[in-house]
Amino acid sequence: MTNLKVGDALPDFTTEPVSRWNLALYMGASGDHNPIHVDIDFARKSGMPDVFAHGMLSMAWLGRVLTRWVPQSRVREYGVRFTAITQVGERITCSGEITELFEADGEHRARIALKTCNEQGQVKLAGDAIVALA
Amino acid sequence: MSLNRSMVGHCSPDFSVPVEASRLRLFAKAIGETDPVYTEAAAARAAGHPDLPVPPTYLFCLESESPYGQQLRIDLGIDFARLLHAEQRFRYHRACHAGDTLTFRQRITDIYDKKGGALEFAIRETDVTNQRGEPVATLINTLVQRNG
Repeated sequence: MTNLKVGDALPDFTTEPVSRWNLALYMGASGDHNPIHVDIDFARKSGMPDVFAHGMLSMAWLGRVLTRWVPQSRVREYGVRFTAITQVGERITCSGEITELFEADGEHRARIALKTCNEQGQVKLAGDAIVALA
Repeated sequence: MSLNRSMVGHCSPDFSVPVEASRLRLFAKAIGETDPVYTEAAAARAAGHPDLPVPPTYLFCLESESPYGQQLRIDLGIDFARLLHAEQRFRYHRACHAGDTLTFRQRITDIYDKKGGALEFAIRETDVTNQRGEPVATLINTLVQRNG
């Protein structure tokens, strides 16, 4: 964790294409039972062409960028804005970049810009995090 | 219908939720988490945890078990068909693990509109403490309702 500088990228990863099975599993695991994510009949009645991924599933994927990089105990803050819907079949790339290095509460900390994108580069979630470096 | 602004400052009664290892394992599977620290107690202990750690966003799932959630939505005047989750933020104060019992205290901190009332926003802040009364996290949830 030494020699870090603003602009450094965190290791990224790309999901498999989002499947209906992923959404059903997340529904059960998360306790979010909104049918719009798993029941295509309900989704169509609500004016959507298909079911779509839970925003909080994407936030969980994006959080793995942080916890693959540092132990979770060093994550001080993590937030996102949900900017576009993640569709079934999309492969989602989760990435992060250091935007600031600073001191607070006696710690060296990094501010991280985070995002999820589809293969066309459309941003789905835009987020930020603060991580303690030592 | 617009959101009920008199709800700013409203606090729901506290509620407590146990953190269960089996549900943490299911959540890890659902989010593609393969690090054994999140699924195997022995790996968690080897990494210095007393038991499986609660992953960063799982506090939101525990919060959604509130017995007052539906009443809060009614009191706010939320129309589900026009509701979107706009933003979510977590501030972490202390680790929490399987076996802990977490207590959630929710309050509505702001309601405002943009675009001449076409979009209305409600901010909810939730303080989470553990069974020893120690602060664990603060969750900040922004909902947006599309009007007209």
